Amino acid sequence: MKLVIERREISSALLRFSAPIASIGIALFVAGFLLLASGVSPLDAYREIIIEALGSVYGLSETLVKTTPLIFAGLGVSLAFRMQIWNIGAEGQIYIGAMGATWVALFSGIQNHWIMMTAMFFAAFFCGGMWAGVAGFLRARWQVNEVIVTLLMNYIAILWVDYLIYGPWKDPKGFNFPLTAQFSDTARLAEYFDTRMHSGFFLALFCALVLYLFIERTVWGYEIKVIGSNQRAAKYAGMNTGMAIFFVLFLSGAIAGIAGFSEVAGLQHRLQHGISPGYGYTAIIIAWLAKRSAIGVVIVSFLMGVLLVGGDSLQLLWQLPVAFVYAFQGLILFFLLASDFFIIYRVKLIKGVVHA
Amino acid sequence: MVLSFHHSLCESIYIDCHMTDILNFENIRKTFPGVIALDDVSFSVARGEIHTLLGENGAGKSTLMNVLTGLYHPDRGQIRIAGEQIHFTSPRDSLACGIGMVHQHFMLVPAHSVFENILLALDNIPNFYSRKTYKQKIQKLIDEFDLDLDLDTPVWRLSIGAQQWIELIKLLMRDCQLLVLDEPTAVLTPQEADRLFNVLRKLKQQEKSIIFISHKMREVMEISDRVTILKKGRSIATRTRGDFDESTLASLMIGRDKVPQWQKTLQMSDEIVLDIQNLSVRNDRGMSDLDDFNLQLKKGEILGIAGVAGNGQKALAEVLTGLKNTNQGRILARQKDITNSNARYSYIAGIAHIPEDRKSIGIAPDMSVDENLIMKSFKSGSFRNWIFQNKKAIRQNAEEKIEQFAIKSGPDGTPVRYLSGGNIQKVIIARELSEHPAVLVALYPTRGLDIGSAGYVHKVIADGADRGMSTILIAEDLDELLKLSDRIAVMFRGKLIGYVNPRKTTREEIGLMMSGETPGDKA
Ligand SMILES: Nc1ncnc2c1ncn2[C@@H]1O[C@H](COP(=O)(O)OP(=O)(O)OP(=O)(O)O)[C@@H](O)[C@H]1O
Ligand SMILES: [Mg+2]
Repeated sequence: MKLVIERREISSALLRFSAPIASIGIALFVAGFLLLASGVSPLDAYREIIIEALGSVYGLSETLVKTTPLIFAGLGVSLAFRMQIWNIGAEGQIYIGAMGATWVALFSGIQNHWIMMTAMFFAAFFCGGMWAGVAGFLRARWQVNEVIVTLLMNYIAILWVDYLIYGPWKDPKGFNFPLTAQFSDTARLAEYFDTRMHSGFFLALFCALVLYLFIERTVWGYEIKVIGSNQRAAKYAGMNTGMAIFFVLFLSGAIAGIAGFSEVAGLQHRLQHGISPGYGYTAIIIAWLAKRSAIGVVIVSFLMGVLLVGGDSLQLLWQLPVAFVYAFQGLILFFLLASDFFIIYRVKLIKGVVHA
Repeated sequence: MVLSFHHSLCESIYIDCHMTDILNFENIRKTFPGVIALDDVSFSVARGEIHTLLGENGAGKSTLMNVLTGLYHPDRGQIRIAGEQIHFTSPRDSLACGIGMVHQHFMLVPAHSVFENILLALDNIPNFYSRKTYKQKIQKLIDEFDLDLDLDTPVWRLSIGAQQWIELIKLLMRDCQLLVLDEPTAVLTPQEADRLFNVLRKLKQQEKSIIFISHKMREVMEISDRVTILKKGRSIATRTRGDFDESTLASLMIGRDKVPQWQKTLQMSDEIVLDIQNLSVRNDRGMSDLDDFNLQLKKGEILGIAGVAGNGQKALAEVLTGLKNTNQGRILARQKDITNSNARYSYIAGIAHIPEDRKSIGIAPDMSVDENLIMKSFKSGSFRNWIFQNKKAIRQNAEEKIEQFAIKSGPDGTPVRYLSGGNIQKVIIARELSEHPAVLVALYPTRGLDIGSAGYVHKVIADGADRGMSTILIAEDLDELLKLSDRIAVMFRGKLIGYVNPRKTTREEIGLMMSGETPGDKA
């Protein structure tokens, strides 16, 4: 009798669905020992996380607040992944999107709420899109690697926004803090149930639906899938692959840019330092875990939201150090990624004579 | 702990090999979701024999070989190597036991040299290896087997045929005892195939065993010691040399299903649909693929192009379909200049192309048969409603094509990559023919197809000609050209040598022209 590890030729839908869930279970189990070591009962802690993140109107609303930008950025990244284009720059695109929306909010002088919202939306969409579009253009035209370009442009974007809020856009009445003036009511998204949750969340869900239809149902989505599957075949069939690469990166950045709009118009009501605590990077993990599907992005983003809010509450309730929260989140991610191993391979017990 | 002990066991296999059978398959079964790829396969391969596997497209030949090398794991049944039952978990294990395979669709690193590609495949190379000794070792093999290969050439410059030598050398360097060759000759010229057979005979003398897969009956007759016939995943017969001929094998293989019959009416039209004038094309190496080439294609005719591979046929097809640009000359389609237009435009002008290198430019491997069938026409009105795809029409189109071309496509939505080699080829052909082009450029259209399917493709081309489609048929097999063509044009070094009438010419005449001699007063 021998234990062997072999590659699965196929992995069933059931397995692909259950493996991540099982791996979260394992992660919670392992993290339990960490909690025990810090003198906290794991069961209490987990119950608390669930209650904090999901159990009250307030908790749930906070989770959705965190979920919202993750959905946008995740959708953007996953769209590019669909075509085997690696957009690592969602973070920068969020900042540039937020900048675009802020510019409209502060300086356009539009008085009507709906016109204002639309203008801010498209400013963010267009700015985020062009930001990523630079990488798309370079890639399409000169085969410049988009991973490097999108990644490096993150730093430019973040520093550029910093420059604006420390310099020309700084609120004169802001006691010298690095932030812009508050938006007027016309430039704010509606909020619900007396919480911080805002219409951005519904916009994100809508965006996921539109993107799903775009990829799975439209002629362009078909083209993107063909190019992602085999670029040479696409060329041979007469598709303009260069144009498609630019277009997809533009759209990818534009959707990430909407996250910037939703953050400043829905939540922070101004542009300030650190408007995104790394949502753009988390989005890469989300897109990867979601296996590039739009619906998957929504689900995974929600889980991430729970993790973020729940982690915060651990910190508050038991005075656990912030490092612990990171370790906890890292463990869960680690096991989620590891679950892929069991989707690809299987461990098998073989009876009789074996040469392996 | 699991993977580490195979070396010792495999050595022992090598040592106590008094048995004559090196390999036994016993009741192998392998299913994929919705497909029984192998139902029940049993046969054995003896030491020092060339054993051919014969079967229709999708019969399970490649799957069986993948089970042997450990890429797939059988649902049931056993494999014995030199009498010992084995369970390989990956191709690495089987290689360590001396079983090597050249795949139907193999992959090399294109930017690396031949030498580097071979080196990549070897393990146990010391950190500070001596380039020189390894080079000498490999060169010795190349000389011994009389292969035609330069170690320093980057792989992207080589023909697929030459790339296959690399795959073979990799296995020889590892001293494999059992070699599996999955349709090696599908991409070889007849001359290269002869050379391969010489290599195989030498290997046989060295007591190595070979499993050979091919759809070309002539080769099977020439090289096999035994033939096992696979039909719908079952091994239905094994015949020994002297005990089979072409027709018994064919009838065993396709059974009662007949090769499709067709009748070609002679086309009399003199209307010229395609006029190629003084075409010149240079290749990456700066040499001329086409050199002042002229050709005229008439409406409704099948114009065969004969020539030793590498004399410009591929460039001709690529230029006609817009994949390559010309350096000089014009292409007129019904008086319209289409020189240097892109692939799409060529298609609208009615030229379709069945890519020779089917995996790399023919299909989108992760997408379904349905989606691959509309790759060229997805923008046309019949497959869309406004910006949306018309899934119903796409499905219906696929059902038609699958039925017509007898494509074994597995359950709906199966990605094309999982289809058998021949069935992938059928998907491409069905797609290229579906728009009823005015001119069809068919480059080796029956490569890798079983005799039934090849017959069907011939029928489709002949029927197309009856409807007025003109075909440029580029093929290696003279029999195929003679049977199908109305005229045959012979190419040599990128030039047109002349036309012959297939009903009056002789093989000798074509052979002479293929080596560059201009014909006398015939044509
Ligand atoms: N990984 C897979 N997943 C699903 N189906 C598969 C897979 N591999 C093979 N098949 C199916 O198994 C059957 C046998 O395929 P196989 O490639 O062995 O045929 P073959 O005899 O080599 O044919 P060909 O002469 O065309 O190469 C086919 O119907 C194919 O679609
Ligand atoms: Mg095969």
